[in-house]
Amino acid sequence: MPQSLEPRTMFDKVWDDHVVLAESADAPAILYVDLHLVHEVTSPQAFAELAARGRKAARPDRTFATIDHSTPTLPPDASGARPFVTEAAAAQVETLRRNCAEHGIRLADWDSADRGVVHVMAPELGLTHPGAMVVCGDSHTATHGAFGALAFGIGTSEVAHVLATQCLLQRKPKRLRVTIDGALRDGVAAKDLTLAVIAALGFGGGSGYVIEYAGEAVRALDMEQRMTLCNMSVEAGARAGMVAPDEKTIAFLRGRSYVPAADVFEAAAARWLGYATDPGAMFDHEVRIDASVVAPMATYGTTPDAAAPIGAPTPAPQSEVARKALEYMGFAAGEATTAHAVDVVFVGSCTNGRISDLRDAAAVLRGRKVKSGVRMLVAPGSEAVKRQAEAEGLDRVFVDAGAEWRLPGCSMCIAMNGDMVAPGQLAVSTSNRNFEGRQGKGARTILASPATAAASAVAGVLTDPRAFTREREHA
Amino acid sequence: MPEPFTQLTSRTFVLTADNIDTDQIIPARFLTTTSRAGLGAHAFYDWRYDHAGAAITGAPLNSVDTATHRVLVAGANFGCGSSREHAPWALLDFGFRVVISSSFADIFHSNALKNGLLPVSVDLRTHGQLLAGPGMRVSIDLERAELRIEDAAPVRFPIEAFARRCLLEGVDTMDWLLARMPAIHAFERGAAS
Ligand code: SF4
Repeated sequence: MPQSLEPRTMFDKVWDDHVVLAESADAPAILYVDLHLVHEVTSPQAFAELAARGRKAARPDRTFATIDHSTPTLPPDASGARPFVTEAAAAQVETLRRNCAEHGIRLADWDSADRGVVHVMAPELGLTHPGAMVVCGDSHTATHGAFGALAFGIGTSEVAHVLATQCLLQRKPKRLRVTIDGALRDGVAAKDLTLAVIAALGFGGGSGYVIEYAGEAVRALDMEQRMTLCNMSVEAGARAGMVAPDEKTIAFLRGRSYVPAADVFEAAAARWLGYATDPGAMFDHEVRIDASVVAPMATYGTTPDAAAPIGAPTPAPQSEVARKALEYMGFAAGEATTAHAVDVVFVGSCTNGRISDLRDAAAVLRGRKVKSGVRMLVAPGSEAVKRQAEAEGLDRVFVDAGAEWRLPGCSMCIAMNGDMVAPGQLAVSTSNRNFEGRQGKGARTILASPATAAASAVAGVLTDPRAFTREREHA
Repeated sequence: MPEPFTQLTSRTFVLTADNIDTDQIIPARFLTTTSRAGLGAHAFYDWRYDHAGAAITGAPLNSVDTATHRVLVAGANFGCGSSREHAPWALLDFGFRVVISSSFADIFHSNALKNGLLPVSVDLRTHGQLLAGPGMRVSIDLERAELRIEDAAPVRFPIEAFARRCLLEGVDTMDWLLARMPAIHAFERGAAS
């Protein structure tokens, strides 16, 4: 790391470390990419561009691929055939396999113990390091910022750039620090905090910025919770979200498959800790949030910032767009959204498909039943999460409660593999986007935490999970 | 490589909603393609077709003639959501060449420029005027970075210098990066030592 006298933010330090050619009035910076993650949906046209130019991937050793978006979450039939939703979906997965073989890129394929949703899989393999530059043709690449990496989503043209040159053309975004003071109350999850942060920033409020999350409440989060927080930075319009690496970061990474070998690990860890923002470093903008007032949250509109504490009256719409969103959701201003029957509950995604998320959901469901008429689907974020959950018996808890226990994948988060919410149905989902039709044409989505999702499955209406956890404590 | 862009005079087609996200522009279920072509058929699909797949009568997107209406005017924060480049591919294939709004989502903006779909950001007053008057004749001059509405005086719009040059001169960004491989290799050697 080059030494500099000026105090720098973590983002500045990571940026500076990756500048191949500095930006000028005429051209953006050329940035070097340490880790390029690839999945089946946003890569085929990029590989086609390389083929058209007769080029091979420049650094297959810095590239890692998985299949997650188009993949069925139901097991293969007796003949071994996977139940792909369409031939196109099957062909897309096949195309990635062919491209990876041709370019010598590691692929977490069907038979791999590593396979998973790209942003769940890479951190658990130890591919994501503090201070690294991580990109993927996927906007939720922001997740990896939880490790103090600079990580953001890119388009397919840029996927081609990175494949061919390991570099990216970028203008430097501005710096925003979101300081979260205080402590989260019992029964309030990282997802609740995340939704509260987005509600405070507004849907486009982070636009043009890289966010650093700082403060006592952020320090107190474990790595999985930090990933939930960073994951949804893009929902406030920000390019990336970052949390300074600390002892929790180091403890999480130690011993994972792709971290530096044991004899050099401690040296790497010491260097990683140096990425934290220097005292006195300047941000372009600062926002402060008090964690101690955050309650379990749920969205009521069709953008992720339209969120309120569960049970609070839905705010009166302030614009035509907000009015239309309420109309689409079938909710009325001034009323709580807890009166509407829920049809579908989804637990999973790169926001909340990790083991701690499944534990939270299972803790509510244990000994209870999903209300009749509600369909609940649980898709672990990766094969590793699935194995761990099964070792702990969480799969039994879900199945005994009447939920469907699926194979790892994006599933109902993006609804392109056949797992979807039917037109008009109301879903409580632990994913990250409640856009019109995101979970299927006409689907109405409420975003919430895993515990809220599970409590809502039991009650059949959107429910503050603390009602269930308190009841158990007092039993 | 995108078609070069210098100037365009055309009529506007208006979608007033703010926050038109990439799931509206091209719903996820159409992303299983491995090609860039043909996505116009699925652009704004759920706004144009009903649950049974029949064209919705009266949906303005079903009657717009993009030969004469090549400029999409949309509400604020256009293109928010995912990083899918399928969104600008779909808009271009549908027939739009320019999108005008008061603000654009970051990744969409970058993706659009790389494909020759010009995102033009305008001030709120100009935006309001365009939203209120569908079908206006507008001229976009990229060389001067100017937008002219009907016969009014032109207004300047911001455009990043490199993207502008690439569009005007047809510079291919991949070629530009490849030409800098020696610097990239030097960086790799430096990082390894
Ligand atoms: S889980 Fe959802 S948000 Fe995450 S990568 Fe998959 S589709 Fe994208």
